[in-house]
Formats: sequence, C-alpha cells, structure tokens
Amino acid sequence: MFEILHTRRLTPVTTLFEVDAPLVAKAAQPGQFVILRVHGRGERIPVTITDSDPAAGTVTVVIQEVGATSKMANELKDGEHFHDLAGPLGEAAPLREMGHVVCVGGGFGAAAILSILKGLKPKATRTSAIVGARTAELVILEDRLREAADDVHICTDDGSAGYKGFVTDKLEELITSGEPVDEIVAIGPMVMMRAVAATTAPHGISTLVSLDPIMIDGTGMCGACRVTVEGETKFACIDGPLFDATKIDFDELVRRNKTYRAEEEAALHRYEEAHCHAEAAAAAARP
Amino acid sequence: MPVISPSKTPMPIADAKERSKTFREVNFGYDPKKAVEEADRCLRCQEPTCQTGCPVNVPIREVIHLTSQRRFDDALALIKRFNSLPGVCGRVCPQENQCEGRCHIGDRFGPVGIGYIERFLADWERLHGSQPVEKAEPKGQKVAIIGSGPSGLTAAGDLNHMGYDVTVFEALHDAGGVLRYGIPEFRLPKDVLDDEINALVQAGVDIQCNVVMGKTITLDQLMEDMGYEAVFIGTGAGLPRFMNLPGENLNGIYSSNEFLTRINLMGAYQFPDYDTPVKSGRRVAVIGAGNTAMDAARCAMRAGSEEVTVVYRRSEAEMTARVEEYEHAIEEGIQFKWLNNPIEFLDDGKGWVSGMRCIRMELGEPDEDGRRRPVPVPGSEFVLDVNNVIVSIGTSPNPLLSRTTPGLDTTSWGGLVAEDATGQTSREGVFAGGDIVTGSATVILAAGAGKRAASAIHKYLSEKRGEPATAA
Repeated sequence: MFEILHTRRLTPVTTLFEVDAPLVAKAAQPGQFVILRVHGRGERIPVTITDSDPAAGTVTVVIQEVGATSKMANELKDGEHFHDLAGPLGEAAPLREMGHVVCVGGGFGAAAILSILKGLKPKATRTSAIVGARTAELVILEDRLREAADDVHICTDDGSAGYKGFVTDKLEELITSGEPVDEIVAIGPMVMMRAVAATTAPHGISTLVSLDPIMIDGTGMCGACRVTVEGETKFACIDGPLFDATKIDFDELVRRNKTYRAEEEAALHRYEEAHCHAEAAAAAARP
Repeated sequence: MPVISPSKTPMPIADAKERSKTFREVNFGYDPKKAVEEADRCLRCQEPTCQTGCPVNVPIREVIHLTSQRRFDDALALIKRFNSLPGVCGRVCPQENQCEGRCHIGDRFGPVGIGYIERFLADWERLHGSQPVEKAEPKGQKVAIIGSGPSGLTAAGDLNHMGYDVTVFEALHDAGGVLRYGIPEFRLPKDVLDDEINALVQAGVDIQCNVVMGKTITLDQLMEDMGYEAVFIGTGAGLPRFMNLPGENLNGIYSSNEFLTRINLMGAYQFPDYDTPVKSGRRVAVIGAGNTAMDAARCAMRAGSEEVTVVYRRSEAEMTARVEEYEHAIEEGIQFKWLNNPIEFLDDGKGWVSGMRCIRMELGEPDEDGRRRPVPVPGSEFVLDVNNVIVSIGTSPNPLLSRTTPGLDTTSWGGLVAEDATGQTSREGVFAGGDIVTGSATVILAAGAGKRAASAIHKYLSEKRGEPATAA
C-alpha cells in the first residue's frame, strides 16, 4: 500500500497526488511512468510521473478522469492509499545539454512535461512550454511550469487565457518566428501529439511524443503495448514511452487503444450507477 | 496383504463438459484411502531411480513408505526438506518425464502415482495445519532474491532454512511469478499457491512486491547500499515472442503471456467484478503446442469461446506439452491442427483479426535438437476463421535487469551466463537460475536450479564468514 500524502484538485476532472514511495522517488527520471492500482481487484494503469522528490521520498502524479478506474482514483483522499505502485518504468527522456527545447502539453499532458522541463533546468538548455486547454479553468500547474521553464505560453480554445487557438498554432508561430528550435517534446491526447508531429515534420525538427497504449505489467511481459515504429514492433513500456513522432503508426495505436471500448463503457456505467446509488443512500440517510 | 492394483489409482476428476466452462480445479485429488492404496503399489526398489529422476532429489521411496504407513505429516515434512512447493509441484510437474518416468513398475504397469501422492500430502497439510520447520542459527547475512517464481521461492525457502535473512523482490503486485500469472486456477488454485507462499513468509522470508529490479533498485544498490551480501536472480523468461507476420498487431491478437496474465493475475474471467477485461471470442486459434499453449486454449474455452483450435507447425509427436494437459484439453473439446503454420493475419475491415492464413507443413530432416524440421507444402494455403489469436511460441529473458547491471554476462539470446552446478554468474556474489539461464523450461527444473544456487550461496557466504560450509 502506498500512502497518498496530499491531493489537489486541479480541474473538476483532474487531481494531483503526492504519494509516499521512497524507492520510486529516488530512482525516477524525467519521462518515466509508474503503474498503479486503486484497489485489490483493480486494473494496472500507467501514469506518467509529474515530479519526484528523493529527499522527501515522494512521487507526484496527475490523474484525469476518463473511465471507471481514473474516477475511482480521483475519489481518494489525503491519508488514503493506492493499493499498488510500481516504477519508475520506461526509458528516461534523453535530455539535451544545450539548445532550445519546446515542450508541448495538451490538457493534463501539461503535468507530464513538467518532469522533463525540470530535468532540463540545470542544463544549458533554453526551454519553452506550450500548454493548451479548452478554457482558462482547465489550465493546470501553470505556477509549477513557470518555475521550471524559461517561457510559458498558455493557449485556450476560447481565448479565456493566453493565446486563443491550438497549441499547434502557437508552436508553428514559434518555429517560424525565426527563433531556433532544436527539439520538441509533446505529451497529451493522441490527436494533439499527431497534430504536433504534422506541424514539425515540414521543418525537420526532432520531435518526441510519449505514447500511452494499453498496458498490463509495464515491464515487457505482456506485449499489449506494442506499437509500430518505423515498421518495427516496439513495446512502449520498455522501449518507450517516448518515440520519434514522425515514425509512429498512429492509426494502429488509436485503433488498438479502442480494443476494450465496450468493456470500458460498461465499467463506467456500472461505476456511475453504483455511485448514484451510494449518493442517493447517503442523501436518504441525512436527517 | 492386500491385493495391489497393477494400474495407477485413478485421479477423481471433474466432468469434461462441465469443467470446460468453469475455472474450478479439474483434478479433485486423492483421499487418504486412495493415497495409501497408491503408496502400497511401490516396490521400494533397492535403487530408487524415481529419486534420481527428480530435479530436487526428493527421497521419494521414503516419502511413499511413510505414506503407506499413514504417517502423512512425516511424509510431507520429509518432502519439504527438499521442496518448499509440494502443492505446486504435485500439480504441475511433468512427472512422466521425471520420477514416474523412471519408476520400475512403469514399464509393465502404470508407474506409481508419485505426483498424485505428493499433491495429496500437500493438501493434507493445508487441511490439517502445518508443523513448524526448524531454522538454523541466524547467520546475520542478508540475501536478496530477485523474482518470486519457482526458482526464487525455492532458493528463498532453502536459504531462510539455513539461517540467512532473505528478502524476495517481485515486480508485480502479487508473488509467485509464472505460478501466479501463467498457470491457470483450474490447474493450480491460487489458494494452494498462497498457502505455500504464506508458509515461507511464516518461516521468516520477507517478500517485497512492486519492486522492479533494474528500475526501482539496481543490483549495485542492493549490494553496495542495502547490505545484501549475495543475490540470486530468478527473473525467468518473461518476454513474449511474436512471429513478425503481417497483421500481427491487429486488435484481438494476444501473446499467451498477455491472455493468461489478464485471466490469472488480473482475474479477467471475473470481469466486471475484477476491473480488467479480456476478449475471448467465438473462435480462437492458439499458435504453439507447449504447456502455455494448452493453458491458453483451455482458458479460452472457459472464458466463453466455442471453438478453440491449437495450430502447431510440427506434429503431435513433437508437441512439448505435458501429457495430462494435452489429454484434458482434448476432453474439453480443444481441436488440434498439426503441421500447419500461420503466415498472415487478416483484417475484418475494422482493424480486428478475422482470419489466419495458414500453410500446411510436412516433416523434413531432423534439426539441431533432433526434432524433424517442418517444411511448408507449396500451394497448400488456407484461411482459418478466427475472432482472437493467442501467440504462444515461447518467451525470451527479460532484459530489464541485465541492461542496468554492469559486469553481468549474457548469452546471444539474452539469457544470463551461469554455471549449471552453482548458478554462479560473471559477478562475485551474484547467482542465477531458472528460465533466465536455461530459457523456457519447467517449474521443477527452475526449482532445482534455485536449490543448487542456494547451496552455492551458502558455501560462498560461509567462506566469507570464515567458516566451512556445513550441510544445512
């Protein structure tokens, strides 16, 4: 069991967890992930490490509600526990010693680029962060990103904060502004990572994205997370999760991630029904 | 003197049709009467070849003698001095190639049911409580065991018994390795595994789950910062092999590791009570004919599939599965297509596998391991309709640890280089055994390697203390 020392609601559907996991905190490198389970009958889900503090022995992760498991996770309170947490898993991000790196975080992907920005901070690397959200209240961790990156560009679809438009528009603007960009790291929803890859390809700038295929063990044992990179099958858990964006078969990945859509919907429905019953019962019990 | 039956006392077994739809255990086990009856068939040979056929050298003749005297506790205590996992081994060992394969009465009659007796004794203890095992004087030295599969648990049990402080590190959230994620409930109930692991914990073995060695901690950290004086690596061969055929990443195509892990470790057959799902469609093809393939095929049947076909490029004679599993699979309605090899997976138009293009094979000249090499028959291609495919053509060693451990020599296929008799690797104080050294083999061969390594570690640590290595 891994104690949750502190939680913070970042948006109505996103929660930050600071977890007591000293061994993981000591070993964690930027770009790596953990596998966690919410309860004893639960799934193993991969979650990117947002931050780690070896001295305090803590690991920070951010979970966005997409299905039953992530909803259950986001119900956990300070002092409660994740049933299991294993890591750090995957290969660390290759950190450039110099030049200008632009990290693009879409939605809760902003949490995932934080560890990479922090890793680059002590190096002679200039860093820019471009983070996007639908609207101002969904922008997360802006304060932490501002501490870690030299420049932060906020983008919202509705213009309620920062630049009005997509992260790719801002990225294109940055690249064509004449300022040299040596590498791009993009983490977020698959559509966003694909769009970033399409944006950078004509400019020939090295672009890494962090993939989140279905995983079970996260240690190379099951092969559920296989992705085709440059025509070759790779296991995202041990060969990734970061890959060269121009070489990934995104169509295959999008398709494979839908394998259990029916089961996921059923589980969510079941969860929501149980949740409604529990709430109704609690309401009925109130004097 | 009672009349001794010429043939093995039959194992009571669940009806094939009923059992093929549930995950309850297939074999029910002997009762005391049957166990004694079977033990009475032993001739107590002058030279017990059964014992030499056992990879962990259990004194089988004496165990059977004690059983026939109804001294079940003593019989089990004797086994346990050699094997920490009798409930497991009594169920999953390929006895026909080991102890029972060398039984003197086996040539004329059926061999003595050694596996069934072992299983009975282990279950007897589970029902009637165990006797405490005496432990040697504490040695004050720490040993780390990496991996909680059969080799690791065996080494842990032996070293704990010898008086060492033993910690087992397991990457997954539950201990047991392949016994947990690979072997299904109907062949090895998880209660049996839990009990044997709990017995080790009761005896003093510390088991730490969720520690991915090479990632969470490195081997150097273990030895330099954490005070472990010796390490045993039993990380197995957990990396699934694929065939690299067109269409292999279509939805609905699993490695047997994934399919079995979902079902066994994650409890997917109890979805939605357990959160992890599994797909086992109407028609399933399993590629390969080892024990893992049998397990996958029989799980598919139980998970709701109607037609399950094992496709193997060689013939029945070259199949590597244990006889009992093969027979049970046939009884449960699994079909076998010998001498067929898949060459392509077909898309249903929506990204799901819908068919498997195969080609017929014939056996040619023997290859390097003596088995006749299958060769394709030109123009014999056909399509097998499938909803799911389970690729079960073997596994390779997991490179997580060797990648992060300098000075640990590996073979061309990624296994660890270790001496057979001791498990000694290229690094001082580091020993290895089981599938990580041999490639995929059996539970009991891994246990045997764990046992030999435990003796070698005892010798190494005794010398380090400046004492002769006395037999434990």
